[in-house]
Amino acid sequence: MSGPAPRLRDRIGGGRAIALIDGNSFYCSCERVFDPKLASVPVIVLSNNDGNAIARTAEAKALGIRMGEPYFKIRDMCRAQGVRVFSSNYTLYGDMSARTNAVYRTFAPDVEIYSIDESFLDLSDVRERDRMALALDLRATVRAWTGIPTCVGIGPTKTLAKLANHVAKTIPELGGVCDLTDPVAYDHWLCHVHVGEVWGIGRASLAKLEAMGVDSVADLRDLDPRPVRKSLSVVGERIIHELRGLSCLPLELVPARRKGCAVTRSFASRVEDRATLEQSVAAHATRLGEKLRRDGLGTDHVTVFYHTSEYDRDRPQRSVSTTVRLPEHTNDSLTLIKAARLGVTKTWREPGSHPWRYNKAGVVTVDLVPLEMSPRALIGQLDRERSGPLMAAIDVCNARWGRGAVVPARAGLVERRAWSTKFEMRSPRYTTQVTELPVACAGKWRP
Amino acid sequence: MSPYAVDELILGSTDAVRVPLIGQALCAGFPSPADDFLEGALELPRWLVPNPPATFLMQIRGESMRGAGIYDRDLVCIDRSLLAEDGSVVVAVVDGQLSCKRYRVVGNRARLDFDNPEMPTFAVDEYGEVEIWGVLRFSIRWHLARARLS
Repeated sequence: MSGPAPRLRDRIGGGRAIALIDGNSFYCSCERVFDPKLASVPVIVLSNNDGNAIARTAEAKALGIRMGEPYFKIRDMCRAQGVRVFSSNYTLYGDMSARTNAVYRTFAPDVEIYSIDESFLDLSDVRERDRMALALDLRATVRAWTGIPTCVGIGPTKTLAKLANHVAKTIPELGGVCDLTDPVAYDHWLCHVHVGEVWGIGRASLAKLEAMGVDSVADLRDLDPRPVRKSLSVVGERIIHELRGLSCLPLELVPARRKGCAVTRSFASRVEDRATLEQSVAAHATRLGEKLRRDGLGTDHVTVFYHTSEYDRDRPQRSVSTTVRLPEHTNDSLTLIKAARLGVTKTWREPGSHPWRYNKAGVVTVDLVPLEMSPRALIGQLDRERSGPLMAAIDVCNARWGRGAVVPARAGLVERRAWSTKFEMRSPRYTTQVTELPVACAGKWRP
Repeated sequence: MSPYAVDELILGSTDAVRVPLIGQALCAGFPSPADDFLEGALELPRWLVPNPPATFLMQIRGESMRGAGIYDRDLVCIDRSLLAEDGSVVVAVVDGQLSCKRYRVVGNRARLDFDNPEMPTFAVDEYGEVEIWGVLRFSIRWHLARARLS
């Protein structure tokens, strides 16, 4: 081991403690909370457009369904094996995620929401001998209050917390909690877990490490970080420090300001005509405006792209991307729509006998700035005084009566957007729509 | 206030909490795929909902809880952080279905009863498998002749 062992031991046991808590098969677990019939059957959730399996319960994994497996390949098997298949219900998952994080916050004030189903908690102020009990209590409380099963990994750094979480997930005997701030557990698990499970070690790095004879996490930890920088870059060096208990990644309690923003969607089916493409781009620009306004940001350009699918190998291919400049920064949906449509107008080509079949379109911006701080244009100023209140009114209506209650005509009514992403097997929005609430039967009533 | 405080979102000047909890849960790592799908929420006054993350609404179908004052198509508010005790009205999972029942403890035996004098009672172990989903805090019913939800 490089470096003096006693120092390593101090860092592992004596210093900070970060917990990573995440929901087990989170999307599937959300479905199970409201439909008890799903309790012990295999369940999978599909990505946008019902494309790929993106969440699987243990029962579904046992049937050999892999992460990201295209649904059309497993459709027959799912039917034969009684797998319950759902489109993603992001309204429900987003709400359940907010609930779990609200529970986490009652246990630890400093929470970094890392993704929809993973959060880092700072447990440094909790005494070492109380950490395990707290983690068990946290799991039990989240399960009781929200119905979501979780696993907790604790470590002196984020990388070790993530590793501990992996151990807690894969070793059922641990009761869903693994604490690597315990030096005994630290020594044991780092020797017994494969290096490929370390957060940030991708396929390319893994091949290099294996060539160097690195097999366990402990092997990686004991590499000399400086030569590693050459072959694995600073990221690899940082991982080694983190595995040694030296924190390089602080908790991000305040997320960094959004630097860019993209709204992109696959079409439900291929699009060949200009009107549909223009409407979709206008709808994406509308959504872009909403996102920018929510964060008080503005953009001085809109990049529009649309392309055909690489899966249509026998069809002509076309990929278009163009940037439209604006006279000054804005987050006005109508201005963004105008710019996005101009991008289509500039690049649209009338199809010949074999039309291009587009499968995806989107709008993208980078270099966002807070609108208040952006310089005003000398020539071609946009009318912020008029657009600001109008956009605010639209946002309030949509917040009150539901997304898409008020839309610019160019973007089309939400219900009539035949091109928009498919969610054909979506469960009810149990927690956000009063017309879709779960039903509790009282007596003989059956659904 | 933490930018992550989504649990008690104050709406304008009213003293309301949103059940469910809708907020801008900004993810530090990955952008949330739910970002485009968050929508307007059901609002309940704070004094009725002491623990928003554990609070859920359901619709009742059937007449077996008339004795508890709960009728067909009423809405019920369930707090999963409450523990069921003798006399609680609960939603339980009975044979894979969410069912509203009266929870009774007699000696060391628990029972789930209909609350309708015309219906029989059962001991918990007479059902296949039973799990308490949550305890009712209150119910909502419409007293207008015509206005009814859904």
